[in-house]
Amino acid sequence: MANPYIPEIGRSVPRADAAAKVTGAEKYATDHYGEGVLWAGVRRAGVPHGLIRGVDTTAAQALPGVVAVLTGRDVPGTNRQGIVHKDQPVLCTDKIRHCGDAVALVIAADRTILKTALSLIRVEIDPLPGVFGIDDALAPGAPLVHEEHPGGNVLLRAEICKGSAAEAFGACDVVIEETFEVPVVAHAFLETENGVAWQEPDGQIVLVVSTQAPFRDKWEIGHALGLPLDRIRVIGPYLGGAFGGKDGATVQCFLVLAALHAGGRRVKMWWDREENMLAGYKRHAARMHYRLGAKADGTLHALHCRLYYDTGAYAHLGGEVMAMGMEHAAGPYRIPHTLIEGWCLYTNHPVAGAMRGFGAAQVSFACEGMMDRLADRLGMDPLELRLKNALRQGDRNASGVVLTGATGIVPCLEAVREHLLWRERGPWIAAAGAFKRRGVGIAAVFNAMGYGRGLPDSAIAKVELTPAGTIRLYCGVSDMGQGNATAFFQIAGQILRQQNTVFELIQPDTARTLPSGSASAGRTTYTYGNALIRACEELRRRIVGRAALGLLVDTLDDLELLPGRVRHPATGREIPLAMLAATMTEPERICTSQFLMPVVRDVPDTGKAFVIGFPHLLFSHAAHLACVEVDELTGTVDVKAYLAATEAGRVLNPQGFEQQVQGAVAQGIGYALCEEVKLEQGRILTPDLTTYIIPSAPDVPEMTSLAVEVVEPTGPYGMKGVGEVGTNGPLPAIAGALADACGIHMTLSPLTAERVLAALQKQQETP
Amino acid sequence: MIIHFILNGQKTTLDVMPDRRAVDVLREDCGLTGTKEGCGAGECGACAILVDGESRLSCLMLAAQLADRKITTIEGISNDDRLHPLQDAFIQHGAVQCGFCTPGMILSAAALLNRNPHPTRTDIRAGLSGNLCRCTGYQKIVDAVEAAARRGEEAT
Repeated sequence: MANPYIPEIGRSVPRADAAAKVTGAEKYATDHYGEGVLWAGVRRAGVPHGLIRGVDTTAAQALPGVVAVLTGRDVPGTNRQGIVHKDQPVLCTDKIRHCGDAVALVIAADRTILKTALSLIRVEIDPLPGVFGIDDALAPGAPLVHEEHPGGNVLLRAEICKGSAAEAFGACDVVIEETFEVPVVAHAFLETENGVAWQEPDGQIVLVVSTQAPFRDKWEIGHALGLPLDRIRVIGPYLGGAFGGKDGATVQCFLVLAALHAGGRRVKMWWDREENMLAGYKRHAARMHYRLGAKADGTLHALHCRLYYDTGAYAHLGGEVMAMGMEHAAGPYRIPHTLIEGWCLYTNHPVAGAMRGFGAAQVSFACEGMMDRLADRLGMDPLELRLKNALRQGDRNASGVVLTGATGIVPCLEAVREHLLWRERGPWIAAAGAFKRRGVGIAAVFNAMGYGRGLPDSAIAKVELTPAGTIRLYCGVSDMGQGNATAFFQIAGQILRQQNTVFELIQPDTARTLPSGSASAGRTTYTYGNALIRACEELRRRIVGRAALGLLVDTLDDLELLPGRVRHPATGREIPLAMLAATMTEPERICTSQFLMPVVRDVPDTGKAFVIGFPHLLFSHAAHLACVEVDELTGTVDVKAYLAATEAGRVLNPQGFEQQVQGAVAQGIGYALCEEVKLEQGRILTPDLTTYIIPSAPDVPEMTSLAVEVVEPTGPYGMKGVGEVGTNGPLPAIAGALADACGIHMTLSPLTAERVLAALQKQQETP
Repeated sequence: MIIHFILNGQKTTLDVMPDRRAVDVLREDCGLTGTKEGCGAGECGACAILVDGESRLSCLMLAAQLADRKITTIEGISNDDRLHPLQDAFIQHGAVQCGFCTPGMILSAAALLNRNPHPTRTDIRAGLSGNLCRCTGYQKIVDAVEAAARRGEEAT
C-alpha cells in the first residue's frame, strides 16, 4: 500500500472509498440482510390506466410462509408521496396511472414464497383510455391522469421571457425553425432500488436504503405513513450508482410499512432489473420546437422555444426538471430577446424525474442543433459562431440573470479550438476508408448548480477530533459514486494537516449526521464542502488553542498543526492530538457549521410559475468535440475520439474531476446512440439490459478531458459541481459530427443505425 | 444436497437446495457480499466469479454447479492481506466510482490476464465487454488493467 499522505486540495488523491470497494468489503444497502430476514415485494398493476375494482389477497394470505399482505387500506397516514406535489400513492386504492403502480405489498419468509404470493393476488382493474405521450395529453377532451388537478393533464405551464422576442424576429436577417424529440431513458445504475428495515423494541423504525436523500426520505415516510419523524431513522450507505434515479422515494415507504407488520424482524426489498425499469424513475421524453433568429454576422438576436416534457404518471420532480430545461434552453449564449414556454404533462407513462443533466440534457440537443444549422445557413465556422455569442461573466443570461460567478464557456471553446482534434480534422476526415464517412462535431453546454432560488441549498458539516486523536467527518449527504467523500478528506486534510490514514467518514445516518440535502444538482461538494471548511477551521482553532495551554505558548501564531501533533517550532516541543483530545470534553471536540448556497439577488421578473428552483446563480460549462465515422452501408455511427474541455471552477482532485467527465460523456454517448425506453400504449418494450442497451467498454472511445480552471469565488477552494455538465454534450456533438460527415441533420434521438441509414437513403432519393 | 468445493482457497461444504442460484448461496449462506447482482440475467457482469480460474456469472449458475469446483470471489483474490495487482491498479488509476461493478470487473480482468497476459487496450475493452459500468466510461478501468498487466510483465 502507498505511504500515508496528507490529502490536500489540488492533488490526484486516490479515492477514500476505493480500497473497501476493490476488496468487496464495502457494504452497500444490498449487502445488509440479518438473521431470519423477511422479503417484501410489490404487486404492480401492469395496466397503464384504469380503475381498481378489487384486490383479492385471500389466496396469497393463505400461503404458508406469508407474513402479511397489505393493500392501500392498510396504509396509515396520507398514503401519498411526492417531493413537491403529494400525488403518488404508496399503494393505489382506486386508480391506476401507470403500469408500475403498486397495488399490494407482500411480506414473506423467502423470495420463492414472495414470488408465489405476489402471483396469487387477484387484481381487478377496469381499463381507462390512456394518455400515451405529449399529443395525447394535449388533445382536446383527453382522458385525465389526475381528475382533481386543476390544470388537467398540464402539471405545469410556465414561461421565461426577456426583451420582446415576438417583435425581435422582424429585425433578424436569418430565422430558422426546427422541432427536436428525445425519448424516455433510464439511469441503469447497477445497484437496483433496495433497502432493509426493521422495528426496534422501543418502536423506532430503522431503514438502511440506497438513497440520494436520506433526510427528505424521513419526511416522505412520516407524511405518507403518518409516523412521527422521531420514530424514523434512515441510514444511507454508499450507493451502487443513482444519477438522479434514487432522488425520491422508491422502496422507502414500502419497507417501513412492512417493518410495522414484521414483529421486529428485518425486512428486505430489492427490486430486480425489470421492476427497476417498470417502476423506477426515468429521464423525461421531450419535444422541443425552436425558432432562432440572428443577424447576418451571426449575432444571436431572438429565440422562441416551446418545450413539452412528458412527466409520466406523477408530478415527482417534473416541474422542476422542466424549469431547468427552460433555464438552459437558450444554451450558454447571449440572446437579447427570448421567450421560452414550457408544458410539463401528466401521461400514463413511467414516472419521470431527476437524471444527470436534469432537464438540460434534453434541450442541449435542440439548442446546439440550431447553432449548427445557423452556422450552415450563414456559412460560418460552427465554433466561431458559438464563441461569438458565448456568455461572459457580467452578461445577462436568457433568464435575465446577471452572471456574477465564474463563466468559463469562452476558454472551453478556445481550448477545443486549439486542440489537434479540431485543428487537424480536415486530414482526418479525408482519410475515411471505403463506405465510411467521417465528421467532427462540437457542442457548447452548461449546467446550473444547486437547488436554485426558493429552496435553501444547505448543508451542515460536523467534524470530530476523536478521543484517539483521529478525525471523523459526519456527512449527511450521500455518495452515490461521485466521490465526494474523497473531496471532504481533502478539505479536512488541507485545514487540519492530518494524514489520510486517520480520517474516517460517517455516511449519512439521520441519527448521527446532520441534514445536508440531497446528493443532486452538482451541489454536494460545493455546499457540504463550504460548511466543512468552516467546521474544520473552528476545530483547528480549538486544537491549537488547547495545545497552547499544554505547551505553555502564549501566542497561537507560533504553533504548527502537524500529522498527529501540534508543534512549537521555536522550542521543538510537541503535544500529540490524542493527549489534547483527552483534555477536551465532547462538545469541544466536535464542531458543526452550516452553509447556504448564495442565490440570485436581482431576481428577474419572469418564470413566475416556478414555485422553487428558479433561477440559478452558478453554472458549470463545457465544450465538447466528437469525431465520428459513419458506415454508409449500415448507418452505424462510431465515435472514434472525444474531447471535453470543462470549466467547473477550480479542480480539487484532477483524478476525481476526470472520473466525472469521462463517466458523464459515456452516459451521454449512450443517450446519443442507443438508449431509449421504448413504450407502446404505456407498456415498456425494453424491460432489461438486453433490450435497453447502455454502452459497454468497446462502445466508448478514448476520451480526452481538459480542465479549464476559472476560480469560483464562492466555491470551496474555488470549485463548482462537475457531475452533470458532461452529460449534456455528447448528443449534440455527435449529431453535429453526423451532419458534418453526411449532411443529415437529425431531429430525433437516439441516432441509431436504423435511423441514420433511413436518413442516408432519403438523402440519396432527394435530387 | 451436500456440495463440496474450494471457496477462496478453503475447503467448503454446504447443505443447499441444488436449484438455488450460486450468487445467493455465496452472498447469503457464505456471507460473501462482495459478489454483486445487477440484473439477475447475465447481462451486466456484476456477479462474475472465477470458476476454476475462468470468469463465470454466478447469477446464471445453480448451487449444484459449484460442486467440486475451485471458486474465487473478490474476497479471495488478494494474497495474505496483500492486494492483487488489479485491485491496487484500480485504486491508483481511479477505476472505481460507485464500485458496484468493481468486483466483477476485477475478476473478469483477472481471467482476461490469465488468458492474455499482454493485452492491448482494444483487447482489454473486448475482454471486459460483458461487464457493464455506468459510472466510469471504462477509460480508467482500461488504464488500470493495462497497468496491472505491465506490472505482471515486470514481475516475470
